[in-house]
Amino acid sequence: MSAETTTPASDSVTGYDVDHPAPVIEPPRARTRKTPRSTRTNFEMYGWLFMRLSGVLLVVLVLGHLLIQLVLDGGVTKIGFAFVAGRWASPFWQTWDLIMLWLATLHGANGLRTIINDYAERDNTRLWLKALLYTAAGFTIVLGTLVIFTFDPNIR
Amino acid sequence: MPAGTLYRGREGMWSWVAHRVTGVLIFFFLFVHVLDTSLVRVSPEAYDKVVATYKNPVVNLMEYGLVAAILFHALNGLRVIAVDFWSKGPKYQRQMLWAVVGIWVVLMAGAFYPVLQHTLRELFGS
Ligand code: HEM
Ligand code: HEM
Repeated sequence: MSAETTTPASDSVTGYDVDHPAPVIEPPRARTRKTPRSTRTNFEMYGWLFMRLSGVLLVVLVLGHLLIQLVLDGGVTKIGFAFVAGRWASPFWQTWDLIMLWLATLHGANGLRTIINDYAERDNTRLWLKALLYTAAGFTIVLGTLVIFTFDPNIR
Repeated sequence: MPAGTLYRGREGMWSWVAHRVTGVLIFFFLFVHVLDTSLVRVSPEAYDKVVATYKNPVVNLMEYGLVAAILFHALNGLRVIAVDFWSKGPKYQRQMLWAVVGIWVVLMAGAFYPVLQHTLRELFGS
């Protein structure tokens, strides 16, 4: 990325009209003379892209999951240990659930990270909230993955 | 006001607030849901017992609420993606929001009986 400086957008726009119904807000990350020459990585850009790519996949995975669990074949009535055993006998549904588990947890955790950055203003508060978030997300992924791989229909 | 929460108002702001609230809600549900599913590793009885709560009428109604949250988040998420990647997206963002609301209403109406059938049958007989 180049280190050129940008003039604030507000210089060029005066007053309101149909296309500018609200006061113009300066881009929060506009590059100024004080901006370092290079930011270290493009982590935030990849995070942004990941939210969109995982979002598209989750539409199919999660809405498909809800259709099977809550709508088809009597809705929630049918669910029980035997039902799960039947579904996880198939590698297809195991894989489906595994991908859904990973994508939904990472997508949701990255979304919550954004929200924490937005609202928690004190450095310490942010640190602890994120530590809690990453612990919860890591725990969810590990537990969910173990459950899929170690499932035993003849547990009793 | 905390940094990053400024917005320009109107429909765009409310759709953003709703996207945020539904996203958080779904994440918390997912956490609990992986915990309850993990009971299949304890015993069939333990799992069936926790699933029985899903069949309680009040919880069944909450499932309908969860479907509402996910459907909105999914449809509006696709709208956000269209705004970002489709050249005409920003121009039609408002029309797309009304499309989201319209499709959401239709799908919610369609989901009413299937999702709540367990409760309806229990309350009014089959
Ligand atoms: C109230 C609605 C829901 C019901 C009744 C339900 C039911 C189930 C059932 C019975 C299973 C066991 C495996 C299977 O049959 O595929 C399961 C697994 C799973 N569900 Fe759901 N589900 C619901 C909503 C959701 C939502 C909204 C998500 C995503 C955000 C989700 C994500 C998952 C994941 C990741 C697994 C795998 C869990 C693991 O790895 O241990 N479910 N669900
Ligand atoms: C069903 C398909 C889904 C789609 C299409 C979708 C789409 C999106 C998109 C595009 C964003 C970025 C919004 C932005 O940058 O302004 C987002 C944010 C978010 N999503 Fe999803 N998502 C889906 C499912 C989920 C699930 C299953 C969860 C929870 C586990 C979730 C939780 C969140 C959270 C917490 C945010 C952050 C909200 C914010 O920053 O205001 N989403 N979603």
